[in-house]
Amino acid sequence: MSEPILSYDDALEAYEPAIGLEVHVELNTASKMFCGCSTAFGAAPNTHTCPVCLGLPGSMPAINAKAVESAIRMGLALNCSIAEWCRMSRKNYFYPDMPKDYQTSQYDEPIAYDGYLDVELSDGEVFRVEIERAHMEEDAGKLTHLGGDTGRLHGADYSLLDYNRAGVPLIEIVTRPITGAGARAPEVARRYVETIRDLMRALGVSDVRMNEGSLRCDANVSLRPWGRQTLGTRTETKNINSFRSIEGAVAYEIQRQAAVLQDGGTVEQCTRNWLEHLGETSFGRSKEEAEDYRYFPEPDLVPIAPSREWVEELRATLPEHPTKRRNRLQADWGFSDLEMRDVVNADALDLVEATVTAGAPAQAARKWWTTELARRANEAGVTLDEVGVSPAQVAAVQALVDAGTINDKLARQVYDGVLAGEGEPAEVVAARGLAVVSDDGALGAAVDKAIAANPDVADKIRGGRVQAAGALIGAVMKEMRGQADAAKVREIILERLG
Amino acid sequence: MDASTLITASATDLAAAIAGGEVSSVEVTRTHLDRIAAVDGVVHAFLSVDEEGALAQAAAVDARIAAGEQVGPLAGVPLALKDVLAQKGIPTTAGSKILEGWRPPYHATVTQRLLDAGIVILGKTNLDEFAMGSSTENSAYGPTNNPWDLTRVPGGSGGGSAAALAAFEAPLAIGTDTGGSIRQPAAFTGTVGVKPTYGGTSRYGQIALASSLDQPGPCGRTVLDTALLHEVIAGHDPKDQTSLDAPVPPVVAAARAGDVKGLRIGVVKELGGEGYAPEVEANFRATVDLLSGLGAEIVEVSCPHFEYALAAYYLILPSEASSNLARFDAMRYGLRLGDDGTRSTEQVMALSREAGFGAEVKRRIILGTYALSAGYRDAFYGSAQKVRTLVQQDFTAAFARADVLVSPTTPTAAFRLGERVDDPMAMYLNDLCTIPTNLAGNAAGSFPTGLTTDGLPIGFHVMAPHQADDRLYRVGAALERTLTDRWGGSLLDRVPVLAPTATTTEVTR
Repeated sequence: MSEPILSYDDALEAYEPAIGLEVHVELNTASKMFCGCSTAFGAAPNTHTCPVCLGLPGSMPAINAKAVESAIRMGLALNCSIAEWCRMSRKNYFYPDMPKDYQTSQYDEPIAYDGYLDVELSDGEVFRVEIERAHMEEDAGKLTHLGGDTGRLHGADYSLLDYNRAGVPLIEIVTRPITGAGARAPEVARRYVETIRDLMRALGVSDVRMNEGSLRCDANVSLRPWGRQTLGTRTETKNINSFRSIEGAVAYEIQRQAAVLQDGGTVEQCTRNWLEHLGETSFGRSKEEAEDYRYFPEPDLVPIAPSREWVEELRATLPEHPTKRRNRLQADWGFSDLEMRDVVNADALDLVEATVTAGAPAQAARKWWTTELARRANEAGVTLDEVGVSPAQVAAVQALVDAGTINDKLARQVYDGVLAGEGEPAEVVAARGLAVVSDDGALGAAVDKAIAANPDVADKIRGGRVQAAGALIGAVMKEMRGQADAAKVREIILERLG
Repeated sequence: MDASTLITASATDLAAAIAGGEVSSVEVTRTHLDRIAAVDGVVHAFLSVDEEGALAQAAAVDARIAAGEQVGPLAGVPLALKDVLAQKGIPTTAGSKILEGWRPPYHATVTQRLLDAGIVILGKTNLDEFAMGSSTENSAYGPTNNPWDLTRVPGGSGGGSAAALAAFEAPLAIGTDTGGSIRQPAAFTGTVGVKPTYGGTSRYGQIALASSLDQPGPCGRTVLDTALLHEVIAGHDPKDQTSLDAPVPPVVAAARAGDVKGLRIGVVKELGGEGYAPEVEANFRATVDLLSGLGAEIVEVSCPHFEYALAAYYLILPSEASSNLARFDAMRYGLRLGDDGTRSTEQVMALSREAGFGAEVKRRIILGTYALSAGYRDAFYGSAQKVRTLVQQDFTAAFARADVLVSPTTPTAAFRLGERVDDPMAMYLNDLCTIPTNLAGNAAGSFPTGLTTDGLPIGFHVMAPHQADDRLYRVGAALERTLTDRWGGSLLDRVPVLAPTATTTEVTR
């Protein structure tokens, strides 16, 4: 089923890609866009519903002011102008997950428009993505198809509907066509969405969890021969649900469209689906089947006219831009680009910052979160902030290491203890007897025992091969269950055999 | 009071008698239920009667009065509710097969306010399907007959509510008005009907026809009864964002005063002439003279864009309706046909809608879908919205010269059942005088001012500026007082006596 593709390099040699991204962000307001129902994720199906979000005959929407506030803050953070006057519109189409068979959205009057987002690429270059608009809309319900082989609608015996998500507020952010990225288009796409994620998290307006569908992305891709002004025909890959997939989908579409064009064909305007397991896109629906949404202003709601004073008040609440903040922290901490990227990729920026604030050296904080604790989170299948160890506890562990009370190896056992609920790091050290032994008498006895057990190694050291001391240190460590002060042990060995 | 007095008494008098302990609400309610059982077989004003619920509400009011509690001015009085407003647990059909048997899990705000005021809801009244029509012949459950002449229509879409009043089945009723659905039936039945200022009453729980035009309003046999009911249902509702957060105009005081001295009354030049029945025009002129005689100042005003109002209305209404009615897709409630596992979602939807929607509803959905479709939206929906603005400007200019505007409510008196069913355009022309008000969102009412030589009622239409609903009642009360004196009683005293029949309306619950 795979379509022919051109190698990435060949594709880029012949064609310039243009991309466009539509990102849907689910807001984390306590209640829904048009009613008072809870937006909590994961509740029993259809328990968070009422006549309004079920679209029962006669029911009417009432807009959630908090959602408007979040939309404005988001628009401001995206360097957008905020509309002085705008309206909600109805987007009419039929689908069983749409309670009213129209979505209350915004059409020609978005709340925010004409903005940009600066995206930092891996080589440190900053790429500016222009934003056309950010508008408010409501989410649909969730359909589960059962009884078929594929979990898809086609072939299913029946479908279940859960309207808990119906009416949850969404913001859709639409870019202008992004050109000039060249071969880096896939990276720009990925970094753009990641930067949106960072921004939304910094704003606190969304949980931005791709796995829970609170951040979703559609990617438009078109190609044109280098030097041509007009854009080529585009395809739209829908509902991409991981950062890696965004990069993959854009790269794949570039290669696929290049093969079509190279072959003398024309790219068909259509939607496409991203097939994660194959790393490919597949045909969705063609332009001919495209729906006419018959937009018109929502007559059940009054226009939204945020006062300029309010907008300025909200502007004053904006947090530091994530990219700026990252650059500031990197400079403060003296991290290399690679180290900083590791921290960001591990989603550990906030945790490292909190650990540093709690008194730990930055490098130590980075090391714990991106190695030991990242591994544990990964094994448990949770996010870093759910791993069960707090920044303050990490700082306390590092303080014990710096004081020479424990070493890195013992620190891992301290984390075991903390996670097992044995108390704070110091308590775990005391309870488990984990402190490093640096008492000369005890270490001397252990060294003597090791020399006696390894006469050949002892002879090598006596013969001047000092590096062989490592084997004896290892034996002592084993004897003392890792709790020996390694430097002291080495000192004693060389003293005895020197 | 004996039974015949109980059914002809005004709501105001009934409430006073109930509050004063002269008669119980249960007794009044029982009498009306008996009346419905006796005459509704020929009138068919009701789609369902909630005997148990009505008697329970009446008993509750009686208990409150017995306990010495202060109750509202209409407490204990029965009412007929147009079946387009949600009443929790009670079948609500909007006159359509697609909602047959649906029982809302919630009350419309209007319904809630009626119950809170101690008003007794007898049942749900018949209407044109989804309130689309001017005759109540489009109801999926059969037409309602006009009590003045059972071979004629009671008007639409609120024909059931108006007929219930004229047949003395209920002293109060609620209607909804999108293009005249309260006022036109009031004119055809010799009753009073008011469409409040848009936003004056909550639409929450009213099954939407065209959201920007719809408005629930009070219907009564007297001006004061109507004003009292207006006051019960009006006022801000946070569940309806188009609802006005402003004080309710002093409608009751205006109905009690009924003084038009010095009031500037504007006769709309464009609402008359060709197409208007001579008897209707003559009655209108006589009524204007009467108001002049009472001290009102009469001016002629011109509203040049009213001639396009009907066309604009018949683009805006179907556009909004096509969207509002989309939810009736057989997926969640109501009629569902063909769901035997062999058909797709779309096929089940199509089969259910084919059977569940009547011809007029389909016609308007198709019109609206077309008017909003890509490539046509600007030409149709867009132009209609521009006309709407021009109509609003006409009103603004006219209200600068006059305190209220007047016209006949309808170009003709009630027509015969079946006479216009095959001619939608002729049917649509009925709403010529009432539609501009809905486009502009101002208030208007219809008051009975006489009979044709055939003995059919004629209505007088009064339009007031936004949130000046009280002016309608001033004019209405002045007319009512003068005409009652002149006639030696109410116009409804002349309605033919309905003989009890064996056929009865089905009682639900």
